Amino acid sequence: MAKDIVERLLAGDRRAVARLISRVENDGHEAVKALTALHPHTGQAHIVGVTGAPGTGKSTLVNELAKAYRAAGVRVGIVAVDPTSPFSGGALLGDRIRMRDLSGDPGVFIRSMATRGNLGGLARATADVVKVLDAAGYQTVLVETVGAGQSEVDIARTAHTTLVVEAPGLGDDVQAIKAGVLEIADILVVNKADREGAEHTKRALQMMLDLGTDQNVRHHGQISAVEGAAGVSPNGQGWRPIICSTVAVRGRGVTELMQAIADHQRYLQESGGWADRERARAAAELDRLLRDQLVTHVVKRIGRRAIDQALEQIVTRQVDAHAAVAVLLANAGLE
Amino acid sequence: MGTYRILIAKPGLDGHDRGAKVIARALRDAGMEVIYLGLRQTPEMIAEAALQEDVDAVGLSILSGAHMTLLPRVVELLEQNGLDDVMVFAGGIIPDEDVPALKKTGVRGIFGPGTRIEDVVAFVHEQLGSKVTGES
Repeated sequence: MAKDIVERLLAGDRRAVARLISRVENDGHEAVKALTALHPHTGQAHIVGVTGAPGTGKSTLVNELAKAYRAAGVRVGIVAVDPTSPFSGGALLGDRIRMRDLSGDPGVFIRSMATRGNLGGLARATADVVKVLDAAGYQTVLVETVGAGQSEVDIARTAHTTLVVEAPGLGDDVQAIKAGVLEIADILVVNKADREGAEHTKRALQMMLDLGTDQNVRHHGQISAVEGAAGVSPNGQGWRPIICSTVAVRGRGVTELMQAIADHQRYLQESGGWADRERARAAAELDRLLRDQLVTHVVKRIGRRAIDQALEQIVTRQVDAHAAVAVLLANAGLE
Repeated sequence: MGTYRILIAKPGLDGHDRGAKVIARALRDAGMEVIYLGLRQTPEMIAEAALQEDVDAVGLSILSGAHMTLLPRVVELLEQNGLDDVMVFAGGIIPDEDVPALKKTGVRGIFGPGTRIEDVVAFVHEQLGSKVTGES
């Protein structure tokens, strides 16, 4: 069954792509089978993350970038992530509104996703959804995340190249600087660059970059504990983030941005950073899957009842949580 | 199983989207994922989005009076794209006398002026709950 739908995907059936994405998004047994079947066909796409505070024009920029890629004959996948309401469990996914220009083009595939409770800016399944698009032959996959903030760590783990989008006039300070999101940026985009304050924003970003790179060494995605962090080449020169100016609504600066993205991709490939990024991505995925599985297994081994009893003891202050856990593990032979 | 995914769009040349937005938010508050396409969508754009987003239902809002052309066209395109299991419902300015004909073309529910939002939400729940979700 999984093989059949995968074959249809590889043959170019877009409904199969959409169905497989749903399967992968809903997790579970079918998702695992699908991903295993897709695996040999993944690994080609250039994954570009686009993050930034609400109101910076990310969706419009993604639309323009996609158009530019299409004009260059590149097939583009787009994953647009929006937050799930913690109260209702529902979500309003409105990024497609900005992407009308792309409709009717078979070389584009746009999928909207809700975070479904995940806090890192992406949905847990986003990386897997990207794999489906990768296997389906979309050469560049743009992943648009919820918005800038210190929680935006997911995109750094998922993308090869991360764009952080800024816009002037969103407050006195540059949002990216306030949110501490500069570390994850390979390219900083000052969108709405025709607005007042654009030069100030650019200078502020430039200053922060100058302050942060006294050795001209960048570590992309500080979470990766893998040796040889991505972005650092043997001679220590590294990648210095580029600042691009765009007016997405008018399509200005998009060609230059595409070039910057291509430059970063080439840098990664030449410096060994691409392989490092792939390794970091695989490590993050392996870690996450192991954690999930291990927790499930351990909880099963210990037994819900023992856990509930431990909770009672903690609440009645007979024991503290650390001691309780030590006992639970010891009793289950998991010391 | 996952969450229900609903596409909400306004086909044709309507300029007023308040009703569509109200329904979109209500469905979100009811726990669904709503892909909101907004104004001036062609039936082709709607069908394309429904396919890519693998939605369970499509809700269309039409105030312009062009419903007898636009709604059957959307249903037709969905079927052509292999999306016959997608539930189609509509709202807006749709006279009662047009309802039977529209239902014949495959529109499952039609909600004219004065509709209560809760009724739309309940309808979507009920229709999707009874949907058989098989493997593709």
